[in-house]
Amino acid sequence: MTDTPRSKGGLGRYLRLRRDIPDWLFTTAGVIFPAVLILLWWLVTEFGLVRPLFLPGPGTVLAEGVRQAREGILWDDASVSLYRIMAGWLTATVVALPIGILMGNFRLIEGALEPLISTVRYMPVVALIPLSILWAGIGDGQKILILFLGTFFQQVLMVMDNVKTIDMNLIRAGQTLGFSNREILSRIILPAAAPGIWDTLRITIGWTWTYLVVAELVAANEGLGRRIMDAQRYLATETILFGTLFIGFLGLLTDYFFKRTGRALFAWSRQRG
Amino acid sequence: MTDRLVLDGVGKTFVVDRAPVVAVEGVNLSVAENEFVSIVGSSGCGKSTLLNIVGGLEEATHGQVRIDGVPVTGPGRDRGFVFQGYSLFEWKTVAGNIRFALEKTRLSRAEKAERVAHFVNAVGLRGFENAHPGQLSGGMRQRVAIARALVYRPQILLMDEPFGALDAQTRGMMQELLLRVWEDHKVTVLFVTHDVDEAIFLADRVVVLASRPGRIKRDIPVPLSRPRPYDIVAEPDFVAIKRDILADIREETLKTMATPPLPG
Repeated sequence: MTDTPRSKGGLGRYLRLRRDIPDWLFTTAGVIFPAVLILLWWLVTEFGLVRPLFLPGPGTVLAEGVRQAREGILWDDASVSLYRIMAGWLTATVVALPIGILMGNFRLIEGALEPLISTVRYMPVVALIPLSILWAGIGDGQKILILFLGTFFQQVLMVMDNVKTIDMNLIRAGQTLGFSNREILSRIILPAAAPGIWDTLRITIGWTWTYLVVAELVAANEGLGRRIMDAQRYLATETILFGTLFIGFLGLLTDYFFKRTGRALFAWSRQRG
Repeated sequence: MTDRLVLDGVGKTFVVDRAPVVAVEGVNLSVAENEFVSIVGSSGCGKSTLLNIVGGLEEATHGQVRIDGVPVTGPGRDRGFVFQGYSLFEWKTVAGNIRFALEKTRLSRAEKAERVAHFVNAVGLRGFENAHPGQLSGGMRQRVAIARALVYRPQILLMDEPFGALDAQTRGMMQELLLRVWEDHKVTVLFVTHDVDEAIFLADRVVVLASRPGRIKRDIPVPLSRPRPYDIVAEPDFVAIKRDILADIREETLKTMATPPLPG
């Protein structure tokens, strides 16, 4: 008997539970799968299996993008939307960080705020549009408010969790070394929770993006979300598709930025294990 | 020798589901300056609670802990603590972790650097000063924790199963290292463990805790000469002490197994 391992040939080799695969394959798979989808899309539209009103071909959608870029609409829309996203997300973050950190450290504050936040968290943001108009008018403020509402309540609970899950022994170590509560908070708890909090920021800005169309539903003249809603009225399906894909693309870029920055900032936390 | 640490009728009662649970009861213990005392007991016997009380991390509900005659009211720099888990500051380097412990001292920058270098050396981590804890093995991480707890020269070193998470070989090496470091930097040590060999190998005295509630069952001197070679565990004197303690612990463990575990 030889002791050669029973190696599965072909694809089976790459389909073992939890087993790592070569990097090139991982990346290739991520390129090929969307490529296949686009090919299918092209096939069904090119051979007239679907009416262009319901699904225009990839070429048409791309051409729409080129047109918007040429006419400058795309950049105007993107910059307006990007500004709203950043403003909504940043406001949420600036408020959620201190509150979440306090909730994670002090049971009293957690007890006082958690039930309320958990309730608001389940309220549909769309349902808050009328109120947001009443309170914030129909300018940019209202859009930013909607994005804030969609982001903040999830974010603050996640930050709380990030703080709560750090090892109690770190705090104890700080106490035995003679640090005050304030010092332990700023010099031990915060740095220890920082990688988790960064992840929360990355995840929540994704949610902010998903609320863009909702935010630009009312009284907006520009914006990526607005463009999509307008296109519905004129049955400009290629505009709808391009806008949706473009938002996804910008989201992907945002995510990439957060991942790279996080890796650089918290190199120490990835060395574990 | 004078008593450095005195536990005077120390007890701790928790309230679990409105019912009082006595975790530790009536512990009287005197530890001399530079004495090494191991506390052994089966799991859940309250030995960690006792150590936390001495460390000032938990409050006793009865009795008093005194260091050089002064009652303990909270954590303080007269005591160093090494925890079971890896309680290192992951975002700091090895040297950074150890230096952080000196921050509340009045040493000059140069003195601090010298102290850090000395203790890095003492625990055999020279060359790893700038590594982050995430890059180190379990044994190396606990060496950093030991250096961090000793660098500010506390009078008492409290160790809560510091080698519990290590494999047997590494654990043996760490025990020898700890004794070497302790010979060179004498300090009073309270070492909690459930490993009888470890308790005897390290200590001048082994205190056996009874469970439910945790209280002192036996206080056994370990008259083995120092420095102790690693194979002392096979010597008849060692084995005799071990046999004695094992019988006590077994009795306690059987008692624990007969009662349901504490809730929570």
